[in-house]
Amino acid sequence: MTSDHAVDIDRHVRIYITVFVALMVLTIVTVAIARLHLPVHLAVTLALLVATVKGSLVACYFMHLISEKKLIYAVLLLTAIFFVVLLALPVVTVHDGYWIH
Amino acid sequence: MSDHAAVAGHKSHVAHEAHHHEELGFWRAYVFSTDHKVIGIQYAVTGLLFLLFGFSLMMLMRWQLAYPGAPLPLIGGLFGEARMPGGMMLPEFYNELGAMHGTIMVFLGVVPLAVGGFGNFVLPLQIGAPDMAFPRLNMASYWFFFLGGVTMLLSFFVPGGAAQSGWTSYAPLSIIAGTGQTMWLIGMIFLITSSLLGAINFITTTIQLRAKGLTFMRFPFFVWAQFVTAFLLLLAFPPLEAAGVMQLMDRVAGTSFFLPSGLVVSGQVLQHAGGGNPLLWQHLFWFLAHPEVYVLILPAMGIVAEIIANNTRKPLWGYRSMVYSLVFLGFMSFIVWAHHMFMTGMGTAMAAFFQTTTMIISIPSVVILTALIISLWGGSIRFNTPMLFATAFLPMFGIGGLTGLPLGLNVADIPLHDTYYVIAHFHYVVAPGTIFALFAGIYYWYPKATGRKMNETLGTIHFVGSFVCMNVVFMPMFLVGLAGVSRRLYDGGAAYDFAQPVLHWNVVSSWGAWIMALFQIPFIFNFFWSIRHGEKTADGNPWQATTIEWAAPSPPPHGNFLVEPQAYRGPYEYSVPGAAKDFVPQFEA
Amino acid sequence: MEIPYTVELRRDTGLNNGKIGIWLFLASEVMLFGALFASYILIRTGADSWPRGDTILNVPLATFNTIVLISSSVTMVMAWASLMRHRFGTFRIYMGATILLGCVFLVVKYFEYSHKFHDHLFPSTNNFLALYFTLTGLHMLHVFGGMVVNAYFWGPGAKQWKTNPEWFTNRVEYSGLFWHFVDLVWIFLFPTLYLL
Repeated sequence: MTSDHAVDIDRHVRIYITVFVALMVLTIVTVAIARLHLPVHLAVTLALLVATVKGSLVACYFMHLISEKKLIYAVLLLTAIFFVVLLALPVVTVHDGYWIH
Repeated sequence: MSDHAAVAGHKSHVAHEAHHHEELGFWRAYVFSTDHKVIGIQYAVTGLLFLLFGFSLMMLMRWQLAYPGAPLPLIGGLFGEARMPGGMMLPEFYNELGAMHGTIMVFLGVVPLAVGGFGNFVLPLQIGAPDMAFPRLNMASYWFFFLGGVTMLLSFFVPGGAAQSGWTSYAPLSIIAGTGQTMWLIGMIFLITSSLLGAINFITTTIQLRAKGLTFMRFPFFVWAQFVTAFLLLLAFPPLEAAGVMQLMDRVAGTSFFLPSGLVVSGQVLQHAGGGNPLLWQHLFWFLAHPEVYVLILPAMGIVAEIIANNTRKPLWGYRSMVYSLVFLGFMSFIVWAHHMFMTGMGTAMAAFFQTTTMIISIPSVVILTALIISLWGGSIRFNTPMLFATAFLPMFGIGGLTGLPLGLNVADIPLHDTYYVIAHFHYVVAPGTIFALFAGIYYWYPKATGRKMNETLGTIHFVGSFVCMNVVFMPMFLVGLAGVSRRLYDGGAAYDFAQPVLHWNVVSSWGAWIMALFQIPFIFNFFWSIRHGEKTADGNPWQATTIEWAAPSPPPHGNFLVEPQAYRGPYEYSVPGAAKDFVPQFEA
Repeated sequence: MEIPYTVELRRDTGLNNGKIGIWLFLASEVMLFGALFASYILIRTGADSWPRGDTILNVPLATFNTIVLISSSVTMVMAWASLMRHRFGTFRIYMGATILLGCVFLVVKYFEYSHKFHDHLFPSTNNFLALYFTLTGLHMLHVFGGMVVNAYFWGPGAKQWKTNPEWFTNRVEYSGLFWHFVDLVWIFLFPTLYLL
């Protein structure tokens, strides 16, 4: 990042503005979907989908993850795996078979 | 532009002269230092003091276990009427001792010494770095640890005493417990923060500050061990921090994260919202606490590997397999935790899952242990004190590890869960396992830190006495556990008929523990006496070792190396055919 | 004695120390909030019934706060971009805006919380509220922490721009990464607590 030139930054700034607009739109979208009072499973899926898109935009462009180094990707991949394990295994274990049937 | 900066950086990161030290003043040089060596020694000494304190708590417990209900002679009166009326231990005090013994040994003793002490002192030296990547963060991590330790010690003095719900702090007992438990939670938050800051430092340092030519597969095994351990700390501790916050909320803000509905305590229905789940605490706790046990053992394996290679004058056998096993072990350690929860009513599917991952995780452990054992074969073995402890580690860890297998099989766990069998299993791994490795490391790297060796005779006495006593203390516990005696019983099982045939073993274990205390005296004396009177090392490399830390002066100055080191070969080039000496250092051109 | 790769990039990793350090820290934060989300899942799926977020919480206010936080993320990254363009004055403006927006977020939360307390809705009332207060409370602490760091770089820390502009820029970048992460957590927290 210390070797970026001014031209690069201009391109980045244009991207930041675009992402900002997208995030605003998606915020409106997620609130609008919520007002439909959909059944819980559908509501959760859609909400998480929108949140994931928003989160990915922040991560990829504001946090520059789209052009990061392999080492950072490796650390985050490992983290993502354990994050999923942490979210899934306790609830599956406690309600053994909850998701299965 | 970055080339020039890199060259300039290289020129200025070699060691300063000693006068830099005087410029700093006493407090900045020895107390609030950012030098990894000072911080390492701070961690090590504090850790050793806590080990001694935790050991003392256990020695008190052992009186009650050997002679339940009997007044403790001489010192029984010191503990006050609230804890030991007439010198006789109350069950509440026994629980206090038990919970704090576990907490202190794990979080204030072993990990600070193994990771904070050895990791901080040795790691930068072994990779040829001038210090850690973030020296000020390093200092902060020590002081968070110190704050956590002080909090834990102060908790003994609050009304109701220190935490009494086991080091595992299971809900709902821990929620209704006295103030000491709140302090335990606050203390844990400090300690977890300390570990997280340290982990960030270790990982960044290992990746970025290693010397030229030091590729990952040329790392000493000790470096690999600390590197994987740091990842365990980084990713496994935060869930416990979250759980600690939630338990604090339950205790202080009246929430019901872990409290089920309709809980009745002492005949009265608890006035709380309910809807919580005690199992949530267990999941979050063990999510950390299982990787934590690998935090306890991995640095020890690293230390043992270094000492075995050095004292067999041979390269480690199966280095590559050991490294792959280490990494695999670290990964697997995150998906086995519920083997601590087999008895919580989980269904057969998840029980089978965790049983399977647990069985799988034993494989890399066995690979590492086997490689270390095979490394002895055909070696020119020198039985100095470090080597005595390092070699003893092997069968002791073997016993500890193998006895874990029945516990990991969910059906076999049924009669063994929460019995003395479990206590024996994990103590074998940590006590004559890890702690022996830590002793080995102290004797081994003492000359690096001080320029003098510790006394070999005293070391041998320390070793023989400790080795015998460790087995006297813990071997009988397998029998006691197999007989069905539960852990955390304040009378050691005396109230139960089925326990009567094995009760005498409690007396044996107790005497083993008290005698073991006596054998630590030569070590403590040796540790301090050798600072001034130990045999000076002629060339700063008394063990004729190959790894990069021995390129620096002993003790190393700020910045560590007078000339920037470079790695030219692997870490264990001992007895190379055709070489002039029986070792070719990693750092010699 | 200088620590290498504080500013210049190590050739084989392509990174400097601080970049790795901050991402490792964020990885640990992912696990921290992960545990809280896992707790939410476990408690909610174990409950007989669970109120929909908008029946208890103030969605318009929280939507506003979401917009505030996302905006502050933009101003934060623009603050860093300004430093990359060597426009220190513009950096000051954007960083100031970030801190201000952070203050707005906290003020709104203050009103949210006090409104709840006024209606006798406390963490101890039920598990929905316990999770709401704990998750947003911990998030709030992170917002506050981020603001303190940002304020340092806006104020006393800005001296470093004169002596080591590259290092200063990098440190602002790392501070920004933390701030974006705090925004990211809220992006998931908002629908989870308020909309579902």
